[in-house]
Formats: sequence, structure tokens, C-alpha cells
Amino acid sequence: MPNLLREASHKRQTVFDLLFRNLTRLAAFAVLALLAAIIGSLIVGRLIPIVGTLVTSGIALLIAIPVSFGIAIFLTELSPRWLRRPLGIAVELLAGIPSIIYGMWGLFIFAPLFADHVEPWLNDHIGTWPLLGPFFSGPPMGIGMLTAGIILAIMVIPFIASVMRDVFDVVPTMLKESAYGLGATTWEVMWNVVLPYTKIGVVGGIMLGLGRALGETMAVTFVIGNAHELHQSLLMPGNSISSALANEFTEAVGDLYTSSLIELGLILFFITFVVLSLARFMLYRLAKGEGQGA
Amino acid sequence: MSAEQIISAPKLIVRDLNFYYGADRALKDINLVIPEKMVTAFIGPSGCGKSTLLRTFNRMYQLYPKQRATGEILMDGQNLLDKKQDLNNLRAKVGMVFQKPTPFPMSIYDNIAFGVKLYENLSRHDMDARVEWALKKAALWNEVKDKMKQSGTGLSGGQQQRLCIARAIAVKPQVLLLDEPTSALDPISTAHIEKLIDELKKDFTIVIVTHNMQQAARVSDFTAYMYLGDLIEFGDTSTVFTNPKRKETEDYITGRFG
Repeated sequence: MPNLLREASHKRQTVFDLLFRNLTRLAAFAVLALLAAIIGSLIVGRLIPIVGTLVTSGIALLIAIPVSFGIAIFLTELSPRWLRRPLGIAVELLAGIPSIIYGMWGLFIFAPLFADHVEPWLNDHIGTWPLLGPFFSGPPMGIGMLTAGIILAIMVIPFIASVMRDVFDVVPTMLKESAYGLGATTWEVMWNVVLPYTKIGVVGGIMLGLGRALGETMAVTFVIGNAHELHQSLLMPGNSISSALANEFTEAVGDLYTSSLIELGLILFFITFVVLSLARFMLYRLAKGEGQGA
Repeated sequence: MSAEQIISAPKLIVRDLNFYYGADRALKDINLVIPEKMVTAFIGPSGCGKSTLLRTFNRMYQLYPKQRATGEILMDGQNLLDKKQDLNNLRAKVGMVFQKPTPFPMSIYDNIAFGVKLYENLSRHDMDARVEWALKKAALWNEVKDKMKQSGTGLSGGQQQRLCIARAIAVKPQVLLLDEPTSALDPISTAHIEKLIDELKKDFTIVIVTHNMQQAARVSDFTAYMYLGDLIEFGDTSTVFTNPKRKETEDYITGRFG
């Protein structure tokens, strides 16, 4: 009998223990939830420029990463030797153009062309798709989130491409030759061997580009439309944090207005911080994926 | 092993091979027969063209725009230098191992599976078996069987080189090209690799370039001595080393030159 008793009391203890542990956990999570709610409420008022910043930078990277990868592969593997230098210098020159020039070019040349030729096409074709449709339908005005994203992509491509080219250049010839020696194609060599070998540099280059895209002010201000509205369509004008700051500082009357703009700047800083942390985390996961060192 | 044997089972027949780096002629009218399932060593001083000759067998030179070869290299009656020859298929048949270990930045398992996946669509089970087979062939299985998921770059130099050999033979090539495979390794790892070469010649035709004459004498059945792009002497290893026909070969082998 005592044995049974002991077992029963043991069982009760386990239940209590479980309950206790879950209660503490709940308390901990409640704190976190509260914190998130407070930060959230701070952010909600800023939702439009935050979304604008994230969406335009996202579009920019979506376009810039594959294009830069292509440029870097061409420059390191496929290009004839005489074309390498001029093309490399051209890419680097693109990085040297002041952002206001990109803005003016975007507003006066790119946006009208985009409005006349590309946006109607987007409306007619992708605009009718079930899921993606709403993002690509709307009046073809030329200026808007998509235009801003594309201009940003053009601005960050030289950064990402030149970093990628530099890191691809330092991959040992013998490593590439061993992959070619197994019969791999250029694509397989680049994708499976060169890219994993250089991943830290490549992610660094992408982060450099993303940093520029997140903070870019002038060019975005020219083409994003500066409308303090939230639309699902990427063709509609929006606002980004930096362009909101640039536009509104002159008209900020009173301490509260100025302070709130400064807070917006702080949020941009936090976004950059979070993005960089995520990049670090991603590198860490990638390193785990390829297997630990012995 | 006599000259008749070479002719009875040739794997590669090189005819009037010339090689150019831009305008420089690096190989001059090379004629050579590589016998099947034997080890053939290329020796000679630096810059004599032995690595260049090796790299024509899998057309590795084709990665570089200014390099070209003329002449014929026949494998099973097919001219490897023919423009119509599919490069990827050629390299599946002719594997290569380099001066330094070049493990890919992935796990040990994936290092071996990488090449196989390029040609064959194996089930998980068959792939496991193939990886094990290749690692056993390369005498590495016992050392790595418990850490297949670990990075190939974490192994020691000698293990990495055996991993590269395993990677090359996993594709089941017919010819294995070894370009100074032990030049970056310590004596013990070198001894491992040499023993391995002896094992591997049962299944593969092996061509090895080496700076180390003792190594050539130890591992090879046939030896070719090259100098400044010319093939000076070719014959079975014992003859070349003990009773060379040409004065230049004797000078090089006895260390009076080079």
C-alpha cells in the first residue's frame, strides 16, 4: 500500500510542477506580449512609411540580387577578357552617380516610359491574376511604389554586383576546376560551389545594398509619390520613412511634429538593426546546413 | 609488361598533339599510348608540359579562351578533341584530382553525391550505397562514416585529398587524372595515397603527374619523361629508371639535371 500512496503523491507533484512551469511561462510571455503591444501601437501610426520603406527595399532586392548575380557571373566566368575591365568600370561608375540624378532620371525619363509602356501591360496581364492581381492593378501613373523599387534596384545593383564579382574572383581556380572536372556546367559550378564558398561575402554585399535601399532618400522621394496612404497596389503612390522625413522636416511646426519625425528615424534605425540581425542569423543557419567543422 | 601489352590494351592514344597558350607552343607533336588499368606517370622539370598534357585529356584547358590543342586523343576510338565531343560527358569519363585538396564547401556526404547527381538520378538508398562505395574505394570510409554530415573542409589535408579521390571515382570514370596529388601532403598521407593508387588501378586507368621521381618509380607501371614540351622517352617504369635509352632521361633521373 505505501508504495501506491507514494506513487499517487508523486503523480500529484508532477501535475503541480507542470502547472507551475506553464504558469511561469505564461507570465513571461505576457510580458513579451505587452512589450510587443506597446511597440506595435507606436508603430501603427507609422505604418505607411514603414511599409513603404520595406516594400520598396524588398522590390529593389528582388530585382537587384538576380541581376547582380548575373553580372558577377558574366564578369568572372563568361566575359571575354577585353570586355571585363570596361564593363567592371561601368558597373562601378553606376555606384558613383549621385542619388538626385537617379531621382531626376527616374521622374523625367523612366516614370513616363514606365507609365506608357509597362504599367498598362502589367494591368492587362498580371493585374487579372487571382492572387498577384491586386498588387499590379491601378492607374498607370508612372510614379509609385513599384517605380521607386525599380529605381532603388538600379541604384543598389552596382554595390551588390561589384562585391559579388570581387568575392567570386578570389575563389581558388582549382576549386572551380574540380567542379568543372566532374562535368558540372557553369551554372552548377556557380550555384553549388562558388556561391556557398563565398556566401559570407555575398550576404555582406546584399546587406550593403539593402542598407542603401532602406536609407535612400532623394531618389525615392522623386518617384514614390509621397502620398500618406496605404494601398495594396504597387502602382499607387506611397511614402517611405526617409522620404517622409525629407519632405516634412521643413513644415514640422512644434516640438511634437519634430519629435515624431525623429522617432520615425529611430524606427528606421531599428529596422536596419533587425535586418542585419536576420542576416547574421541566416549565415549561422547556412553554416550549420553545410555541416560543422570536425 | 612489354610494349606489346601497351598496344594490346590502349586506353588513350595521343597522336600528333600540339598545345598552344596563345602563340606559345607548349606541347610539340606528342605521340603516346596510355595503357588500360595501369598507372602511367609523367615526369620532368617544371614547365615541361606534363600538367598541360594531363589537362588535355579532360579538356580542362577549354575554360581559358587563349588555350587550344590540335591533334588527336583517342579514347575507345573517339577523338576527345573533336568539337562535337560533349564536355560534360567527357569529364564524367575522365575524372581529375588536383595538387591541393579541393573539398567543396558542403558536407562530406554531399561532396561525394555532388558529382553523381549531375549524371544519375539515384534514390536515397542507392545514393547512400554509392557514397559508401566511393569512400571505401578511397580508403576513407572508416574515418568518416560517423561524420557524414560534417563539413568536408574540416578534415585533415590527407583525408581531404582522399575525399577528392572518392568524389572523382564516385562518378565511375574510366580514367583518373592525378595532377601532383601528394605535393601538398605530409609523408604519411602521401604513403596512404600511393597505396590507394595501387588499389585503384584494378578498376581505373590512372595517369599521374609528379615532381617526385621516387614516387613515379614506386607507383607507376609506365613512365613518360618530358622536357620543354617534348616527349623525350616513354617506356615501362623499370626500364626508364634503370636503363634509360636517352641521355637526357638518365641525366634527369640521376639528378645531374633539373
